[in-house]
Amino acid sequence: MVDKSIENFECGHRACGGCGAATAVRMILKGAGEDVIVVSPTGCLEVFTTPYPETAWKVPWIHSLFENAAAVASGIEASLKRQGRSEKVLVIGGDGATVDIGMLCLSGAFERNHDITYICYDNEAYMNTGIQRSGATPFDASTSTSPAGSCSMGNKHAKKDVPAILAAHGSPYVATASLSYPTDLMKKVETAVNTPGATYIQIHAPCCTGWGFEGDQTVAVGKLAIETGLWVNYEMVDGVLRKAKKVKRKPVEEYLSVQKRFRHLFKPKRNEEEIAKIQAIADANAAKFGIDI
Amino acid sequence: MKEILEGSHAVAEAVRLCRPQVVSAYPITPQTHIVEALASMVADCKLDAEYICVESEFSALSACIGASTAGSRTYSATTSQGLALMYEVCFNAAGMRLPIVMTIANRAMSAPLSIWNDQQDSISLRDSGWIQLYAEDNQEALDLHLLAYRVCEDHDILLPAFVCFDGFILSHTYEPVDMPTQEEVDAYLPAFNPYQRLDAKDPISFGMYATPDYYMEFRYENQRAMLRAKEAIVRYGTLFKEQFGRDYSGLIEGYELEDAEIALVAMGSICGTVKDAIDEMRKDGIKVGLLKIRCFRPFPDEEIAAALAHVKTVAILDKNVSLGSKGAVGLEIKDALYGSSIAVYDYILGLGGRDIRKKDIRAITKLAEQGSGDMFYGLREELL
Repeated sequence: MVDKSIENFECGHRACGGCGAATAVRMILKGAGEDVIVVSPTGCLEVFTTPYPETAWKVPWIHSLFENAAAVASGIEASLKRQGRSEKVLVIGGDGATVDIGMLCLSGAFERNHDITYICYDNEAYMNTGIQRSGATPFDASTSTSPAGSCSMGNKHAKKDVPAILAAHGSPYVATASLSYPTDLMKKVETAVNTPGATYIQIHAPCCTGWGFEGDQTVAVGKLAIETGLWVNYEMVDGVLRKAKKVKRKPVEEYLSVQKRFRHLFKPKRNEEEIAKIQAIADANAAKFGIDI
Repeated sequence: MKEILEGSHAVAEAVRLCRPQVVSAYPITPQTHIVEALASMVADCKLDAEYICVESEFSALSACIGASTAGSRTYSATTSQGLALMYEVCFNAAGMRLPIVMTIANRAMSAPLSIWNDQQDSISLRDSGWIQLYAEDNQEALDLHLLAYRVCEDHDILLPAFVCFDGFILSHTYEPVDMPTQEEVDAYLPAFNPYQRLDAKDPISFGMYATPDYYMEFRYENQRAMLRAKEAIVRYGTLFKEQFGRDYSGLIEGYELEDAEIALVAMGSICGTVKDAIDEMRKDGIKVGLLKIRCFRPFPDEEIAAALAHVKTVAILDKNVSLGSKGAVGLEIKDALYGSSIAVYDYILGLGGRDIRKKDIRAITKLAEQGSGDMFYGLREELL
């Protein structure tokens, strides 16, 4: 059972007000329990929690480089095994570190099936360096390296499907979660850390600064992603889809229209063609995961 | 016990005797025989370690960082392109003060691709904060692994180390080596006692970032540890001599140097050839000697200046080149001898496995006598 009283993420860190990643990490550490070692790659989380000599981490924590968290975790797991120790090894990193630059190390760690849990807080761009596009940036989102302009509608590519890639590695447990559904999130973390082998959770973590909404709307924006079918919470056990959260779907524009990164779809004039493309992504998600009530 | 072993196998045996708890490596020529031998030892329960078959050198050293921080003695081995792929991780391991020992089977850097020996790979990491030891022969390569762990794990040092030996020339060559017993090695090298470790019972944050208010002091402490390593190498080298009889108490070694007028300076396996050439030249009345550099980082500048104070001419044999400048060893020697009246010449040679023979050493000695140097030696003029 998740012990919700655990508070291993100290307040007073330097995240933006309304930071989705910070909210997610607080819940992750509740789900993971006390006997845990955390590895974080370079990124927002690392920077806002550990400006020397201060730390927000009340569990053992290590940051080495941007792209090697999964390899560092592999080494920690091997070391603990050799010493007969019981701590769980948990990586918490952003989407850039996970789906882009850290993909080699991530693939290696999952192929070797180390007993680790890798959690990606997915805020869908490189937020630490100023909102540049990552492989997890959704279609048509405007970022500082995929800006919308007179001849561009923003990011040209769909999100890389890393959960499917890691399930294809033979991971015994792959899940997605959203910070807007904390009980589900904590339960999935608990399941992942207690499942032997390399397990993965990708958590939708809205970023008020990067996406362009008020900091008090983080949970609401996260909920809209689920309710429109643009984010699906599901679990895969041994590569087989077990459970996906069902919703009575809303049109995608309810999610898109509250974020500045999609403003170009509505101003100066509404772009029906592009909104329809994004609706088609949600429709495909709904069909794939069977989420429609 | 004396055994005749391939250099890579002598190194693997030395590593086994050091009892690493986590080995993480990726195969690359000419390092492969080391990691294959270690994998066999694990498979045959002769080495009680976790062996991580990683997907790249980048992950090899990254996993060592994790394993070391979690409290295990760790080992890796690589060369050339593999070491270059580890570039970022090397700086990180040193900055995090982790006593990782890694064998470098020295090899040239691409392009053009070359699997053959020079020392460009490890020398290019000279600023990364790793201790760098260079072996002349396979006995020394074996012994330096014991010394490296002993020095690196000292709580006043806490630095990683490369043990460098020339690819193919040593790694694939059979030589007799005196293999210590496990009991002897255990008496020399105590069990790993990490200064700090990742531990749920005592949570510590590792690898935090430093603002301009803190960064420079970290670098200064790193530099101080590196300079303290000079004394530690001498101390543990002396201890090694007392226990095993072979003398590694010096960061440098002289051969026929006391009365020499010309000093050749070199690192690694070339020193054996140089010694034979010196024996011949001495018979011809040429007052030539060798200064062998065993420890390139920390650089023994004062020791070298003292050892060369009496010579007239110095010729450095550099198996590397800092393109746009000179050979890296040459630059360091010129710095160490700054202000003296000694003529110092640098010779870039043996790159990409080009053979160096006794006659080449004689020719270079002659060039130095004539005042001709700071040049590539042994070029095929017809190709230029």
